[in-house]
Amino acid sequence: MMSNKGKESAVILSQECIAPDIYSMWIQTEKIAAEAVPGQFISMYTKDGSKLLPRPISLCEVECQKGQIRVVYRVTGAGTGTEQFSRMKAGDTIDILGPLGNGFPLDTAKGSRAMLIGGGIGVPPMLELAKQLDGEKTLVMGYRDGQFLKEEFEQQGSLFIATEDGSAGTRGNVMDAIAANELSADIIYACGPSPMLRAIKEYAEEKKIVCYISMEEKMACGIGACLACVCQSKEVDGHSHVHNKRICKDGPVFLSTEVEI
Amino acid sequence: MNTTVNLAGVELKNPVMTASGTFGSGEEYSEFVDLNRLGAVVTKGVANVPWTGNPTPRIAETYGGMMNAIGLQNPGMEVFCRRDIPFLKQFDTRIIVNVCGKSTEDYCEVVERLADEPVDMLEINISCPNVKEGGIAFGQNPKAVEAITKEIKRYAKQPVIMKLSPNVTDITETARAAEAGGADVLSLINTLTGMKIDIHRQTFALANKTGGVSGPAVKPIAVRMVYQVGQAVKLPIIGMGGISSYEDAIEFILAGATAVSVGTANFYNPAATVEIADGIERYMEKYHFENIRDMVGIVN
Repeated sequence: MMSNKGKESAVILSQECIAPDIYSMWIQTEKIAAEAVPGQFISMYTKDGSKLLPRPISLCEVECQKGQIRVVYRVTGAGTGTEQFSRMKAGDTIDILGPLGNGFPLDTAKGSRAMLIGGGIGVPPMLELAKQLDGEKTLVMGYRDGQFLKEEFEQQGSLFIATEDGSAGTRGNVMDAIAANELSADIIYACGPSPMLRAIKEYAEEKKIVCYISMEEKMACGIGACLACVCQSKEVDGHSHVHNKRICKDGPVFLSTEVEI
Repeated sequence: MNTTVNLAGVELKNPVMTASGTFGSGEEYSEFVDLNRLGAVVTKGVANVPWTGNPTPRIAETYGGMMNAIGLQNPGMEVFCRRDIPFLKQFDTRIIVNVCGKSTEDYCEVVERLADEPVDMLEINISCPNVKEGGIAFGQNPKAVEAITKEIKRYAKQPVIMKLSPNVTDITETARAAEAGGADVLSLINTLTGMKIDIHRQTFALANKTGGVSGPAVKPIAVRMVYQVGQAVKLPIIGMGGISSYEDAIEFILAGATAVSVGTANFYNPAATVEIADGIERYMEKYHFENIRDMVGIVN
C-alpha cells in the first residue's frame, strides 16, 4: 500500500530571471519527471525554518527522458519563500514533493480545436500542455509586463497575446484578445487568476464549450489531508460529502461546470 | 528497549500519534508513511452530521508556524464509520477518533454511535477556536468542561481523552475540571487563537478573521502547559504543540507527557511521525533508558 512517495532533495540545474519577478528553474528529478503530466504541480520547500509550508508551483515543462522538470514562478515580494528560491543557483539542492494534483485531461481534446489560455503566473503550466496536446491549438496568453515563454509558445501553435499596458498584442486581458481576434474553439484549457477564470467559465458555458480550468488556493499539506484549499463544487465531494472539492487533490484542474468561482 | 505506553488501559506500541486535523483519517498520508509504525492515528474531528467548514482562505503562514481556520469540515459520523474506520483497521495501530459538536447532545450522539465500533479511544474536541458554536465555548469554562465530560462519560464505551484549549488564563483549572468530570486522559494543547493581517490587500489573511496558531512557534507554551497540567492532575497526558523532531517529542515526555502528537510538522515533512518514533529510540539508547515510561515527567 505504501509507495515510494516522499520529499526528495533534488539538484537545481539552472536558474534564470526571464521577466520582471519571473524566474525559470530546471530541476533534476527522475521520479517526478517520469510520472508528471501537464497541469500537475510540486511542493517546493524553503530552507528557512521560519517559513514552514510548502509553496505549490506548477510544472512548466517535463523532460521525461532526461529526468528533468522546469518550474517558472513569480517572486511574490521581498523576504518571501519564492524570493529565497530565486536566489538558489545551479548545483544547489532544493526539497520538493510531487508530482501532485490531477493534471489536464489530454484525451478529451482529440480531433477538436483546443484553446489554451494562461494569465499571469497561470501561463507556465500551459506550455507543457501545449507540447503534449495533439491537433490544432490556439494559445492565448495574458501578461502584466514581460512576455515570458513567448518563443516557446510560438513553436506550439498560433499565439495571441494580451498585455495590460498594450505594449504587445491586444491591450487588456485574455478575454479582450479572444474578442479582438475573433477566436473560437471546441475545448478550452485555462489557468490564471480567479477573475480571469470566472470570465472564461462564463464565456465557455454561454458558448457551450467544454472547459477545463486550473485553480489556486492557499495550501498547507498539498496532498488532500488538511482541507485548507477547497473550492465550492456543484456536486458533493467524495471526501467530506459536502460541496467542497480539494484543489490540491481533486484538482487543481476541474471542469468549469463542476466548480463555483 | 520498551517503547510501549499505556493510556487508560490501551497499550500503544510507541508514544507517537498524529494531531487531529493534520492527518485526515490517515489515507492521504499512508502513501508517505507506514501507518503500522505509529502508536495511534488520531482522526480529524467527526460530527454527527457533515460540516462544510469555513470560507477560504483557511490557512496562512506565520513566523515559524501557521494559522488555520478550517472550521472542522468533515463528512459526519455515518460516512466516517462506513469508510474511515475500515480503512484504519487494515493497519496495526490504535484508532483514536476526535469528536466535535455544536451542543452537548451532538457530542453524545457521536460518542454513542462510536460505542460499538472498533475504535480504541475517543478524543473530545472542546477547544477548536474556529467554529462559532461548540468547540472552544465548552473548553474555556471549568464548570462547562466538567459537565460535558460527565455527560460524555455516560455514553462512552471507550476511554475518553479531553482535548484542552490553551486560550485560558490557567489551564490547570480546566484540566482539574476534566479530571473531576471523569476524563481518562488529557491532550494538550489545541491551537492558540491568533490573527494575521494582509497589509497589501488591507484585510484579514484568513476569511474567518481569526485562526488557530500552531507549529514550532508555539512549542514553549505547550511544553509549559504540559508541565503545569502534569503537576496538577493524575491523568496521563498526550502532549502536542509544534513537535517537529524527536528532540521536541522528548521535551514533552520529560515535562510530563505519556504520549505525543505530531501535527503541523506533517505538512512540511510527511514522514515526520515515523522519523520522530525512530529518533526517540535512538535517544533512549544514548541515555540508557530501558523503558520509555521511566522518562515521563522526570524533569520537575
